[in-house]
Amino acid sequence: MPEKIKLALAQGATCSGCDIAILDLDVELLKLFEVADLTFAPLATDIKFKDVEAMADGEITICLYHGAVRNSENEHIARLLRKKSKIMVAYGICAAYGGIPGLANVTSKKKILDTVYEDTATTVNPDHTRPQTHHITEAGHELELPELFEEVKTLDDVVDVDYVICACPPTREMNVKLLNVILDFVNGKAPLPPKGVILASERTLCDECPREKPEKVVIEEIKSVDYTKLDPEKCFLEQGIICFGPATRAGCDAKCIVVNMPCRGCMGPTAAVLDHGGSMLSALASIIKVSGAETEIPEEEIAKFMEKLKDPLGTLYRFTLPKSLLKRVVKE
Amino acid sequence: MSEQFKPKILVFCCNWCSYAGADLAGIGRLQIKPYFRVIRTMCSARVDPEWILEAFRLGADGIIVAGCHPGDCHYIGGNYRTRRRMALLRSLLTQFGLDPQRLELAWVSAGEAPKFAATVNDFIDKVIELGPSPYRKEKTADATGSSKEAV
Repeated sequence: MPEKIKLALAQGATCSGCDIAILDLDVELLKLFEVADLTFAPLATDIKFKDVEAMADGEITICLYHGAVRNSENEHIARLLRKKSKIMVAYGICAAYGGIPGLANVTSKKKILDTVYEDTATTVNPDHTRPQTHHITEAGHELELPELFEEVKTLDDVVDVDYVICACPPTREMNVKLLNVILDFVNGKAPLPPKGVILASERTLCDECPREKPEKVVIEEIKSVDYTKLDPEKCFLEQGIICFGPATRAGCDAKCIVVNMPCRGCMGPTAAVLDHGGSMLSALASIIKVSGAETEIPEEEIAKFMEKLKDPLGTLYRFTLPKSLLKRVVKE
Repeated sequence: MSEQFKPKILVFCCNWCSYAGADLAGIGRLQIKPYFRVIRTMCSARVDPEWILEAFRLGADGIIVAGCHPGDCHYIGGNYRTRRRMALLRSLLTQFGLDPQRLELAWVSAGEAPKFAATVNDFIDKVIELGPSPYRKEKTADATGSSKEAV
């Protein structure tokens, strides 16, 4: 029996769904703990920063970092764990592409704090108190809070990342795949895959979608999932529902599609494109129906048809804004 | 400041109409302000929205996508796709905080050299008035503060 490897589960700006996704390994967890010890995992173990700092560099074999990087504490954890770990995995779409927290890049730090500490109807804050990163109490205790960054970053904006696992959260099958990679490595059966590997498919979701594929798709009206009776056999786009299948990486076994929900793009783009939203934009623009012969329609009218897509930024970049080409919203 | 501001303008021209029009403008020695760079593509529909986003990221102040007139596309319907994409892209760019006027769509045929010159000149004037792209400022600020740690 070879020596056990050390596993760390680090958290950034996360909902902790990724931690739960690992628990979802259920019986496979036993296999994992046969070969691995859990070290730094704030959700499951009692461990402090100083314990990690006391470790030798590279002592942790593999670290799964989930969540985006949006404050100084997230960044500190990312840098510390990178130093102490041989393999750093951006685990889940937030670490890889920014995810839902990444949508904070449509606004600014100031506006977020204004909303939270002043503007909401239920806020009572007559002294205009704002959180301070450093405070000394009357008793002389020094208190620290992490500093919120101006923009949300992804893990590989801050440290070197070895492997990427997308999805929100990573599916059980992906975890088993990763587990097998770890097991094969520990047992000396196979070397580790090359750096930069994304443990998923290189094709788009449409490729593994079980639904009937139509010859040509035309969307007459963009409909909302909540108010539409959905045919479980027909392509979502054909039914007027925005589905990110054409622009999103496959490898999730079409889990949402199977339970009659359209893809929202949590697997991120394929390696062939630079920008998830830009790629989906091309697909959508071509299938929105315009009435009349296109030769005769003036530009303004085309623009009106395209306005059927409400909130293009929020829709197209729901999971990937910090890793998109423009990264964040600016003010002209 | 605006007098010294020299914008960076990118002009995507389709091979069959607009590029020939641009070429003719050159042969005809039409005066165009020297702030634009032409990139030839086979069709205006070849211009992927990603390219436009990438150009803005790299600091372009304005982009023109030029193609054949509606009905005249060498590939029958390429320019219709361009038109749809640019319309959608404009509303996306507005949400990103850019003035949608920074992205212009123009139909220039192979014989319309004066139209090419006028379109580019007018666009340059408009962009000079708008000033530098906000993404351009972002970029210079970023260049000094790279934070990725080498391991």
